Amino acid sequence: MLYLYDGSLDVPTILKDWYESEANSNYGAYIPFVGTVRSEDEIDGLSFDIYEPILNKWFNDWQDKAKEKGAVIKMAHSRGDVMLHESSYIAAVFSPKRRVALEFIDEFVEDFKASAPIWKYDLKDGQRVYALDRSTAIKGSGLLS
Amino acid sequence: MVKVEFLGPIQKEPLELDITNLNELATILQDDPQMKEWLENSAVAVNDTLVSSRDFALKDGDKVALLPPVCGG
Repeated sequence: MLYLYDGSLDVPTILKDWYESEANSNYGAYIPFVGTVRSEDEIDGLSFDIYEPILNKWFNDWQDKAKEKGAVIKMAHSRGDVMLHESSYIAAVFSPKRRVALEFIDEFVEDFKASAPIWKYDLKDGQRVYALDRSTAIKGSGLLS
Repeated sequence: MVKVEFLGPIQKEPLELDITNLNELATILQDDPQMKEWLENSAVAVNDTLVSSRDFALKDGDKVALLPPVCGG
């Protein structure tokens, strides 16, 4: 399941809701990853744009891969502004055994960084500045150059 | 007509173009000084599916999107 929110994520509530939603599903492992906005380069926070049609397809492909292993993925992400020490991203894998979940959370988050159609901006001095130097070109970029 | 959208940080209004493949779109955008910096690092989707060939045929009503480098999380 994919959940998008305006602004920062309510981490305790989301983790609790996910836990409770699968508490009786007979999964042996629940491995969450919580991303928090850190203070660096004098930013006030981060801001995000999301293109939902392609994000949904990308996520559904991963959910299908997880299903083949008997696992399920959940992900929450923010739209708009998220300030320092708040969370903008949570991903979690539930699986029957820990090894599948540990491997999946690693692969999933890495591919998320490289492929998910989300754009990050630094909030600094009242400006919203695209974080080009921390961004990754999607595989196959440059087709029209 | 084919609608072309520029996502994320590309500050450009959508275009409506009479084109039949991505080669024609490439020619048009290469002449746009504002797009020079984005063409090299942007991926292309047709009807919300990423494509990998410029020969991709386009038909009336198709939607093309340019996706610049991403950074979620």
